[in-house]
Amino acid sequence: MKLAARVVSTLLLSIALVACGGREQHQTSTDGAQSRSSNKPITIKGSDTMVILTQRLAEEYMKANPGEVVQVNGGGSGTGIAALINGTVDLAMSSRPMKGDEKQKAATSRGSEIVEHPIALDGLGVFVNNTSPVQHLTLAQIKDIFQGKTTNWNQVGGPDAQIILYGRENSSGTYDYFREHVLEKGDFHPRVQTLQGTAAVINAVGRDKNGIGYGGIAYAKDVRAIAIQAEGAQPIAPSETTVANGTYPLSRKLFLYYPSSAPERVTKFAQWAITPEAQALVTKVGYFPLNTAQ
Amino acid sequence: MKPRHEAVFRRRERLRKAQNALMTGTFSIAGWVAIVFIFLIFLFTFKETIPIFTDKEIQREANVHKFFVEQQEGPTITDRFVWQPTSDVPKVSLWPIILGTLKATIVGLLFACPVGVAAALFSSEFAPPRLREVIKPVIELLAGIPSVVMGFFALIVIATWLQDAFGFTYRLNAINAGLALGFALVPIVYTISEDGLSAVPRAHREASYALGATRFQTAWKVVLPAAAPAVFASFVLAFGRAIGETMILLMAGGNAAITSFSLFDPLRTLSATIAAEMGEVVVGSAHYSSLFFMGTLLFVITFVSNTLGQLVIKRMQLRMQGAAS
Repeated sequence: MKLAARVVSTLLLSIALVACGGREQHQTSTDGAQSRSSNKPITIKGSDTMVILTQRLAEEYMKANPGEVVQVNGGGSGTGIAALINGTVDLAMSSRPMKGDEKQKAATSRGSEIVEHPIALDGLGVFVNNTSPVQHLTLAQIKDIFQGKTTNWNQVGGPDAQIILYGRENSSGTYDYFREHVLEKGDFHPRVQTLQGTAAVINAVGRDKNGIGYGGIAYAKDVRAIAIQAEGAQPIAPSETTVANGTYPLSRKLFLYYPSSAPERVTKFAQWAITPEAQALVTKVGYFPLNTAQ
Repeated sequence: MKPRHEAVFRRRERLRKAQNALMTGTFSIAGWVAIVFIFLIFLFTFKETIPIFTDKEIQREANVHKFFVEQQEGPTITDRFVWQPTSDVPKVSLWPIILGTLKATIVGLLFACPVGVAAALFSSEFAPPRLREVIKPVIELLAGIPSVVMGFFALIVIATWLQDAFGFTYRLNAINAGLALGFALVPIVYTISEDGLSAVPRAHREASYALGATRFQTAWKVVLPAAAPAVFASFVLAFGRAIGETMILLMAGGNAAITSFSLFDPLRTLSATIAAEMGEVVVGSAHYSSLFFMGTLLFVITFVSNTLGQLVIKRMQLRMQGAAS
């Protein structure tokens, strides 16, 4: 009976505690709403390719503007754009331009036009294992490889071995960009192994001597980004100059998107991202600054 | 003197009854909450699936016919059944993904069931008591390894070992994924089988020894059959876990939706597809409903397998009792 009494009293006590907790929480949240107006965090979500970059920009921005808080999340360009449309973030970062219908949806749900704001350039690398003898491929060859029409390395000047394909999952802007610009809107072959993030693709290709994958070249580590030959041109290896002057066939813009009615703290961050100070940071992280573009 | 005594007694009795009612109520509410939650989750999953059956707009991209019957042009089954929901012409055959799920589950069970049962037999029948005290908690500790850690280990370490040892074309394949999944299933098979084996009455063993059976014969022909319902129950539970397991297969399976029966190809499972694609999908689109359809499918598979499993176990238990009496 003593035990029962103890159980009952514990229950009552815990109910009382929960009730108190609820009230306390309520209070802090109303307090917060009043004082937070100045430093409500700026939320950014989207492209996994841009996470490193935007994270570094955010850190620097917060250092330069004490009191401002910037939260950066990955998930893929599609995820970021969906979040912008749903109104759960202030800015979306995307490694592909927003489609017309996406812009329209976002404009209707946010109540104002969406601003497209490029902040950097990125080269999309095609990676092979360090031990691979293949030095360059044409765009058409890469297309055939990822569509499963070319299946053996010896068809493109490599050893006699099956080509192992690595790619990104379909929420990725890199996936969309590659599909649009290399596969010319065709389908990837089902044998492409879809991995979560460019870092995972690089890691897999680094461990697989017959592997080939694609991703932002800022991530390249222990793999080789091959030179790419557009039709009627020389093979061009990705480098700062070739990406910046547009001769490397797979260079793309990286964007921030926000509604034009966004509060000043949001637009201020976006504008800051293209100042020379921020663009220097872009180079440091391994991407390419905008101002040298064509 | 006497009436006062009685009053105290009555008051105590009333308090006891009140407490009893309170505790019974609390526990039954807790029980009902669990049931209601499962029901609500199923209802929600199913609700999001409904457009597949009713919405004309969505049916143009995804319907039951497209999931299970429709084929593309192509020389091999890999080309004919394709999961490509975000392509310009969406292709939503579920076969590559169902096949992937089955391949991983079968390899996982083929590894985990013999190992789990053998380990359970060893620790309940052969191991000296002190060793048993060590084996049991250690294997049960295996169940505590987060599946993301197991998946990462399979992705980085096991895949390389297997490729070096057998020269697989694909580093990440059904063998690798199934093996990693098997590690997660062993503790389930082991724990439940072991409990069942230990619960077999001493009399069975003694009778067997009295007839001149060796220790191995006793374990294999007397104790194991007597514990069959528990062993089978462990297989059913392991199957349920294997079908639903996500992280290990997402990481170690290579994630390519290939329609192929080969165990040396990469695979993609239902749960991994939901996990990988749900983040990006436009709410209310055909792709979104398709993912929820997969969720419902998973729900139905586990529900049916668990129910069938329960029936078989009941049967086995009845037969066991019939044999004993």
